[in-house]
Amino acid sequence: MISYIIRRTIAAVILLLVVAAVTFGIFFLLPRLAGQTVDQLAQQYIGKNPSPADIAAVKRNLGLDQPVYIQFWHFIKGIVAGATYDLGPTTVHCDAPCFGYSFKTHVEVWPQLTSRLPVTISLAAGAAVLWLVSGVTAGVISALKPGSILDRLFMGVALSGVSLPMFFTGQLALLLFTFQWPIFGRTYVPFTENPSQWANTLFPAWCSLALLYSAIYARLTRSGMLETMSEDYIRTARAKGLRERNVVVKHGLRSVLTPIITVFGMDLGLLLGGAVITETVFSLHGIGEYAVKSIQDNDLPPILGVTLLAAFFVVFANFLVDLLYAAADPRVRLS
Amino acid sequence: MTELSKTGAAVGEPAPASPDGTAFLDVRDLRVHFPTDDGLVKSVDGLSFQLEKGKTLSIVGESGSGKSVTSLAIMGLHRLGARGKNVQMSGEIWLDGKELVSADPDEVRRLRGREMAMIFQDPLSAMHPYYTIGNQIVEAYRVHHDVSKKAARVRAVEMLDRVGIPEPHKRIDAYPHEFSGGMRQRAMIAMALVNNPELLIADEPTTALDVTVQAQILDLIRDLQKEFGSAVVIITHDLGVVAEIADDVLVMYGGRCVERGTVDDVFERPQHPYTWGLLGSMPRIDRDTTDRLVPVKGQPPSLINVPSGCAFHPRCPYADVPKDNVTRTVRPELQQVGTGHWSACHLSPEDRTRIWTEEIAPKL
Repeated sequence: MISYIIRRTIAAVILLLVVAAVTFGIFFLLPRLAGQTVDQLAQQYIGKNPSPADIAAVKRNLGLDQPVYIQFWHFIKGIVAGATYDLGPTTVHCDAPCFGYSFKTHVEVWPQLTSRLPVTISLAAGAAVLWLVSGVTAGVISALKPGSILDRLFMGVALSGVSLPMFFTGQLALLLFTFQWPIFGRTYVPFTENPSQWANTLFPAWCSLALLYSAIYARLTRSGMLETMSEDYIRTARAKGLRERNVVVKHGLRSVLTPIITVFGMDLGLLLGGAVITETVFSLHGIGEYAVKSIQDNDLPPILGVTLLAAFFVVFANFLVDLLYAAADPRVRLS
Repeated sequence: MTELSKTGAAVGEPAPASPDGTAFLDVRDLRVHFPTDDGLVKSVDGLSFQLEKGKTLSIVGESGSGKSVTSLAIMGLHRLGARGKNVQMSGEIWLDGKELVSADPDEVRRLRGREMAMIFQDPLSAMHPYYTIGNQIVEAYRVHHDVSKKAARVRAVEMLDRVGIPEPHKRIDAYPHEFSGGMRQRAMIAMALVNNPELLIADEPTTALDVTVQAQILDLIRDLQKEFGSAVVIITHDLGVVAEIADDVLVMYGGRCVERGTVDDVFERPQHPYTWGLLGSMPRIDRDTTDRLVPVKGQPPSLINVPSGCAFHPRCPYADVPKDNVTRTVRPELQQVGTGHWSACHLSPEDRTRIWTEEIAPKL
């Protein structure tokens, strides 16, 4: 078990390095291959009308005139040990982990990420609880009475949930519950300051996001339950004289939850890397919104930082899913 | 007693075997029908039999003859699950003086596992893959006994030991997939017997096992039956199993009983052409290896459109022996053909004796 964790951790680190290298290549190698000069490349990091001194500073700090692998090495070294940016008149020390420095906004990337992460986590966690509970419940009820009115209702809602884009449901929720009838707050308040206000503001965003995801979970649970409830071991559980409720929950749902863990872990991992559209619609200053803003500003270092952070969450979530899966299904051996 | 008067109403059905008039398990005119899109599936269509404690009844027949549905109906399991929603059921099932068909489902649930228990065909798929053997036995015990988990575990270890699982205190924490097929079936038996049920139904308990293990499992069931004095119903299509373990045999065809009697009667003096066919298709060690097995020709009947008259007539080589086309128009009732021996066939006793002694017996 422990050796498995160690091996998987090493594999995860290597995977992250590969992701970083590929992302780095896209940012620093492709433009050169496409014929951009070093000056043109450096210019992109600064914005309109750069002075030659600015360009020189970018080239110096990113090592743009050096081979790409050396640039990559500097970047990785920055993450582990920190880096110092020499901007001519001033120097900026970027503490480890240094995920880069925006020459446009003159801020370090990492503090931006950490300050926005709680928003994204709040959004993802709240929505995840909602969609998991509602999706699995709807799926179980649907599976127990296939073809019933409730089944059709749930599956209808699920279908619309997965088909309606966030631009629609999110805006509608905002319009109705935040502006028309101001039940919910407009500005994000950190959980540590005021938990009830925090939940109050995020609630419409949670619901909109959960609607999108719970559809998949409802369908997954429904089909899983339909299959499981016709298994022989369900008949055995009934033959023992168990109450039907226990048969469904302890024997039926138990089997269905294992594949759901897998999907849930991946979804959550993806979402932690930034719920781009939801954060934009609800004006939440999270990772996703940071990514959108940086892309709009053509500000490359933050984009690189967000990409790596998102990759980290996905890899980490997969790692956790593997461990949980082994805990959930005794037939899976971690070796 | 009410059940006595009901027995009188069932014309042509075998009378209860016990002297006081009520058998421990008494099934009367049981019908279990499943409506489907293609029509009404008459899985069991008028089945009656009795079984006393300490005795073993074997129900034999082809796939789709209604033997498994009969066992599920006794347990009340046919009603549960997606298929059981529209099930139509009539008749009576008396277990130790309690009628189960008309009983409240929760009443039947409380009997399930405690007074009647079941062993299934494939112990790997019949046990939950995510729970340990011990967990599943403890659960079966605690449904019906208000005891601590610790006490139930002691009981589970005891049962595992009883069914011959070595080092039960260690093996109790194993998962089903960590057991061999034979060990799994032993654990399954331990789980079924943990509440000392008076009726044990085994649905093809040895079909999924290899032959050496089969014999061990049958021995185990027989020993435990002696020890607990329970009534045992064994569902099987393997006549070898029947000869090994049963006291009485009930041959099912198309949802109905076609022959019923003691093992000796049915094996030595079978009275129904279908039973002859079953015996003829059984491999025997004393036969010449070049002899071909004789299958029962044709397909098992559709339970939606059961053939008119005798359900077996399309496959019966002697369907034209009785006069006036009676095999195609009149459904034969069970008739007593000997002490405790019944058969549902239109052949006259003389024809039956002649065909058996001249054509069938020499080939077996």
